[in-house]
Amino acid sequence: MNVVDTRRAKPAAKLLSGNAACAAGAIAAGCKFFAGYPITPSSEIAERLATLLPRNNGVFVQMEDEIAAMAAVIGASMGGVKALTATSGPGFSLKQENIGYAAGAEIPCVIVNVMRGGPSTGMPTRPSQADIMQSRYGSHGDYPIIVLAPASAREIYDETIRAFDLAEICRSPVVLLYDQVIAQSSETVALGAAPAAHAERKRASGPRETYKPFAVGADGIPAMARPGDGYRTHTTGLTHGEDGFPTQNPEAVDRNLSRLFTKLDHHRELIDSWETVRCDDADVVIVAIGISARAAKRAVELCRAEGKRVGLFRPITLWPFPEAALREAVKTARAVLVPELNLGQLRHEVERLLGRDRVEGINLINGEPIGPAQIAARASQLASEA
Amino acid sequence: MFTDAPNFDIRNYLRMEMMPHFLCPGCGHGMALRALLWALHELDIDKDKLAVVSGIGCAGRLSAYIDANTFHTTHGRPLAYATGLALARPDLHVVVISGDGDCLAIGGNHLIHACRRNLKLTCLMLNNEIYGMTGGQVSPTTSETRLTTTTPLGNTEPNFDACALATAAGAGFVGREVTRHVPKLKELIKAGLQHPGFAFVEVLSDCTEVYGRKNDMGSSAEMVMRQKSEMRPSVYRDSVDTPFRSTDLPTGILTRNDRPEYGASLRRAAALASKGAH
Repeated sequence: MNVVDTRRAKPAAKLLSGNAACAAGAIAAGCKFFAGYPITPSSEIAERLATLLPRNNGVFVQMEDEIAAMAAVIGASMGGVKALTATSGPGFSLKQENIGYAAGAEIPCVIVNVMRGGPSTGMPTRPSQADIMQSRYGSHGDYPIIVLAPASAREIYDETIRAFDLAEICRSPVVLLYDQVIAQSSETVALGAAPAAHAERKRASGPRETYKPFAVGADGIPAMARPGDGYRTHTTGLTHGEDGFPTQNPEAVDRNLSRLFTKLDHHRELIDSWETVRCDDADVVIVAIGISARAAKRAVELCRAEGKRVGLFRPITLWPFPEAALREAVKTARAVLVPELNLGQLRHEVERLLGRDRVEGINLINGEPIGPAQIAARASQLASEA
Repeated sequence: MFTDAPNFDIRNYLRMEMMPHFLCPGCGHGMALRALLWALHELDIDKDKLAVVSGIGCAGRLSAYIDANTFHTTHGRPLAYATGLALARPDLHVVVISGDGDCLAIGGNHLIHACRRNLKLTCLMLNNEIYGMTGGQVSPTTSETRLTTTTPLGNTEPNFDACALATAAGAGFVGREVTRHVPKLKELIKAGLQHPGFAFVEVLSDCTEVYGRKNDMGSSAEMVMRQKSEMRPSVYRDSVDTPFRSTDLPTGILTRNDRPEYGASLRRAAALASKGAH
């Protein structure tokens, strides 16, 4: 990977909403293009970048719809530019067609989905965590994707930068998935120095005659040609061979589609990220993301104050799910509690990994966040039973 | 080899390794592709700086045959992809190839906003009045009474006049030509490519296999001769007038104005912002 030095002076602490932190993170990551469509509760990202991008040698465009915004972002990235879009549930649904294109054609891009209650228009101004499965499986066909689930304004800043890095390194769409509470609450954020270096996609090099757009080395990541550099390649959403042209040759199709998955496997050390809180001796481990994880962290404190051995496992990278880290975190636990603002999407994955026997959920879908007391009460009970 | 194109060798602009192409015998799209490549040749546009963005359908597959930076995108979205590409890379020459279903049905919203925005792009809409790739279903430009696989009783929907639509939506350049007149089509595409803003070129093409055959329109040669005898325009002329559809199908340059080009306006505003003007 190429590394670009962007060291800058350390900015002071600021009061920032999660969405504002996302916009700041995008600029720090070297994002030069945003296309979007207004949608609550993500619009502040677009509004911020409409001001920030033109001052940072970038382009902001509000498109005619969510589909066009996703397409324009992919178009900009095909031109060699780091690009971002931001949306919420209904818009995320509309973007899925082109997210699949980005996954299949391996076009780096970052998509923010600030989750709201659903289905359909749902509760635009209320928190939800009901797009956990859509973020992973929303587009048709088999494809892998990276989804990051930050839980604070500061973490949104960091994870936005990491999202761009992962998109560039892995040539994959990366989704930043967070909820309305994290998005619109303002927190004091010490942004720290802008990253000393950020990743750039692997560029095509060498003679045109020997370059194959989807041929790979050991890391599984093809080098990407930039229009204007003389390679004159073809990009398609059809299944394609190493030469980039459509093919239905079973071996070529299988090899290329399988590689989409193995290329992420090769980068799990970079991709995987999680936080554990007092899991070492825990009888009960809570698994949660976003605002539910914030409440769970407080619940761990409340339980520990009672002498109950309760811990927290928080996936920061949600997909691919950090399964090895989860298994390690629940080693001593006899019960696993999954609080979430949906009817069991995260629990579904936890049960898949750990079996159903010791896993239970706390689920809320009425537009309210789950409070620490509710989580602590059940965790404490489970710890006593354990 | 056309005698009126002595210096133009189409093979210099084709990916010959992709031949033979997959178009049906008699399909008009090959003539449209020839006219585009001829226009690019006459304007001496650098293939390395040329980006061709296409959608889905028969017309969408043409990009793969052009020796340039080519992007075969999703159904109806090539204008939106091209908008991102052209804004991010104003140094590129961006051409969109779309079909009547791609551009006017599933992609209709992108078309009208591309016209309104007036970003420098050249959009070729190859209108064969049918969804050919999927086997011949009715499209937004299928003439009334025509038989298709989804209008077995004859088409009862009025059709779009794409050029009137593009003009009404604000396109800086709008033109129409038939595939029969390849040199005239080449000249029209050239004018579109040279236009500083958004250029919309409708190419009236023929689908012999799943449209002509179904409607007893004869061989491909006979279908081309219908273009000459203005058979196709007369079909429109006989049909009921609507606000979006003219009673005739005029060809040539239909609209040309010097509305500000979007990319330039955006960059000018950004330059002012960087200087702290606001």
